[in-house]
Amino acid sequence: MPELRTEPLVVNFGPQHPSTHGVFRMRVVLDGERVVDVEMAMGYLHRSMEKLAEERTYTQNIPFTDRMDYLSAMTGNLAYCLAAEKLAGIEVPERAQYLRVIFAELQRIANHGMAIGIFLNDCGAWQTPVMYMLREREKILDLFEMTCGARLTTNYMRIGGVSFDIPKEFMPQATALVEELPDRIAEYEGLLLENEILQARARDTGILPADLAIASSVSGPVLRSTGVAWDIRKADPYCVYDRMEFDIAVGYQGDNYDRLLVRMEEMRQSVRIIRQALEQLPPGPFKTDIPLALRPPVGEAYARIESPKGELGFYLVSDGGPTPYRFHVRSPSLLNLTPLKEMTVGQTVADLVVTLGSIDINLGEVDR
Amino acid sequence: MTKLIPGSETAARIRAALPDAALEEAADWVVVDAPHLVAVATFLRDDPVLDCRYPTAITAVDRLDHFELVYYLSSLQRNHMLILKTRALDHEAPEAPSVVPVWYGAHPQEREIYDLMGIRFSGHPFLKRIFLWEGFAGHPLRKDFLALPGGQKPGLAHFPKE
Amino acid sequence: MTFPGPLAPWYDFRDLSNAVERLLSWLSDIGPDWLVYVVSAVIGGTAIFLFVAATAVANIWVERRVVARIQVRRGPNRAGPWGLLQPIADMTKLMQKEALLPRAGDPVVFLLAPILAFGPALLVWGVFPFGKGMTFVDLNVGVLYIIAVTSVTTIVLFMAGWSSNNKYSLLGAIRVIAMLLSYEVPLVLALLGVVLFAGTMSLSGIVAWQHDMRIWLFLVQPLAFVIYFICATAEINRTPTDIAEAESEIVAGYHTEYSGIQFGLFYAVELVNAMALGAIAATLFFGGWWLFGLDRWIPGWMIFIGKVYLIYFLLIWLRGTLPRLRIDQLMAFAWKFLLPLALVNIMVGALEVLLWVEYDLSAGLVLPVFSVVNLSLAVLLVVGWMRFMAFPFHRLPSRARLVHDIPVVAPGAPAGGAA
Repeated sequence: MPELRTEPLVVNFGPQHPSTHGVFRMRVVLDGERVVDVEMAMGYLHRSMEKLAEERTYTQNIPFTDRMDYLSAMTGNLAYCLAAEKLAGIEVPERAQYLRVIFAELQRIANHGMAIGIFLNDCGAWQTPVMYMLREREKILDLFEMTCGARLTTNYMRIGGVSFDIPKEFMPQATALVEELPDRIAEYEGLLLENEILQARARDTGILPADLAIASSVSGPVLRSTGVAWDIRKADPYCVYDRMEFDIAVGYQGDNYDRLLVRMEEMRQSVRIIRQALEQLPPGPFKTDIPLALRPPVGEAYARIESPKGELGFYLVSDGGPTPYRFHVRSPSLLNLTPLKEMTVGQTVADLVVTLGSIDINLGEVDR
Repeated sequence: MTKLIPGSETAARIRAALPDAALEEAADWVVVDAPHLVAVATFLRDDPVLDCRYPTAITAVDRLDHFELVYYLSSLQRNHMLILKTRALDHEAPEAPSVVPVWYGAHPQEREIYDLMGIRFSGHPFLKRIFLWEGFAGHPLRKDFLALPGGQKPGLAHFPKE
Repeated sequence: MTFPGPLAPWYDFRDLSNAVERLLSWLSDIGPDWLVYVVSAVIGGTAIFLFVAATAVANIWVERRVVARIQVRRGPNRAGPWGLLQPIADMTKLMQKEALLPRAGDPVVFLLAPILAFGPALLVWGVFPFGKGMTFVDLNVGVLYIIAVTSVTTIVLFMAGWSSNNKYSLLGAIRVIAMLLSYEVPLVLALLGVVLFAGTMSLSGIVAWQHDMRIWLFLVQPLAFVIYFICATAEINRTPTDIAEAESEIVAGYHTEYSGIQFGLFYAVELVNAMALGAIAATLFFGGWWLFGLDRWIPGWMIFIGKVYLIYFLLIWLRGTLPRLRIDQLMAFAWKFLLPLALVNIMVGALEVLLWVEYDLSAGLVLPVFSVVNLSLAVLLVVGWMRFMAFPFHRLPSRARLVHDIPVVAPGAPAGGAA
């Protein structure tokens, strides 16, 4: 009787794949359908932004921050400008702070709409939820375009404020959108969250325990889905978030379904914040004048915001010259990927793809 | 607001627990020497008052004659943050102990520092290049990588209109 | 079962078999028997092939437009008015692409697989009664023939996946075998329930039974229809059970490596199979070409095609709306949920037929009673078994909880818990 020889199947969920959210490679060792080992290979989108930024002035680096997390460019800009302002000690006028809050929260809604839609695409619903959620994202991108001219890589924030004031068509359109959004979010919740097939796919898969999440530097909706109530807008408020009345959404056990719930609820809370910011928007200047080649004093600064993917932080070191001496991005997507192996080992291939989708990474930010 | 614990307070608590760790203190951070890094890190994580169980960011700066490793650590429950630094003194082949046994979140960040700066971390379970491929010559984020001769910098010497 | 009545004039297109009957009777007068046989085979085969080809081409447009409407967008509307030339554009594009052949795989098997996949899709249409006399081959074991022919697909899909020399295809092929085998069993049992009542396996016989009893078999065997529909959806690999070709996970499963017209054949097979599902359901459960006497004014074949398209619309609706299930969930669903239901359905159906025959009751009295009993039993069984088997998801929270302030432990107090 010959010996039956079995060997595990090594599959490359390679850089080209419909569901890896960009050029991301996972080398998966499978035993039938069960995942035995996951090794991540990234760097297919590495553009050496940290090195390039050391040769450009602080203002010239702002477009780089658009292209890191290209699906939420406003928050990338915002984090960098906060870090540069902290380093140089620049005050931001109040109107600019309110505008920053409005655009950051609009970006959060756009990003979460896309993230939830793509997550359901990974679960198998052939683009139907994406098409529904992209309707609101299109309206938000119209608002971006009327203000700063670009839909995706907005390059809107400046060190000391924002680059343009809002045009006169902005307020009516934004107010109309804010009136319409809660109904739409309720519609999406009713359509998606009670679906048995989605619950069978997303519940109890990709579970991340809370202590592993904390030890792995996980942040954002992934951390909140494990039950840890931590949001930088509440813990370390920047801009005018301490004047806004909102709640943070927390999940229960850290599975894929909880991440979906957290993102859905965050969209609703963002609508609350935008409504308050639109009402409280004061008149005044929208940026302060800074020199063309800003020379901050010698020192270092770390500023962080709650971006839609997690805690986005910029660590800037200045040596007194016009360009940063060290420009480091604390990238939430890279750190959210840290426990991917622990989240997916022992589950099936289908769950691996769904879990990766629910972490909501953005390769521009992972690789920089 | 997140409180940034000043260097003096951190240094006092570290000295109380680990008297032989050589420390320098600055206003915002504490510098510890490389051999005691893991012990200090473990103390910072397990201490009930400092409780730094969440590594916010781990990065490195090339200071031309040595490398400086910067650890931003925070506590979610107490909502405070502290900065720990250490130095890797050899600029050609720098070495430092790895804090992956203390915080799992250091895993990709130390791989990134190894890839881009060239600092080898002893005790790291999977120290391979993360963004660049094996066989890439050099470490790009060092200041002398692709440097112009004579310490020149590219671009204009000064900006017009200033 | 025969249909009395004189032979209608050949130009009566309400029943296309009139023209063929005329021709064949004329031929049998003038020529030998084998000529009649050959001519009828050629005419019927060509007609079926043209119908299947036309359906495949038309369904490309139908599917894309309907799915697009479900997804709040328009669908193809550039190629021709309302995008009607889109299928021609698609077919032309596929035909002019290079049909790649993996050298390291098994080239012969790789080439054979799409052709063999098209075989069952074409063969199954031979037994459907399109109209009163319009059946290509009226087999008296029609249902058995359908089941046998559609089972060939299993091995063909595995051939496609294995010969591609690609790990994604292999994964897809493995899933396909497991799934198709599991879903055959409840499918056969569901169709057995229909055969119990009709007393015959011949498809035109089943339609005639429904015509005689003036009732749709759907009303008498609703559970069988539901089980058949779900199993057949799994058999033809459509969402929510398209795990074998799940685009988001294993790129395209068993047809990853196919390009050009070979891929076009697989795509066409999927569409034609969906129509075949509709045709089987329409014939067995909804009366085929008969619609309570409407077939006196509207030709029977139009009614039949209309019913097929209605069921096809239901399939497209499912595809546009539902996410897909995981393979172990699908297998559990087939074995633990559908199979017991199918068995109970057969037992109840057999008991009812026994009572009917034993006590020689009249059909008009008995069938409505059976319908009511079976409908309520179907609802009760499905809901009850689901409650018993399924995980009580509805008891878990389906909204995130809201926290207003970050819980900060005061300095000095001991930290506790995970966070």
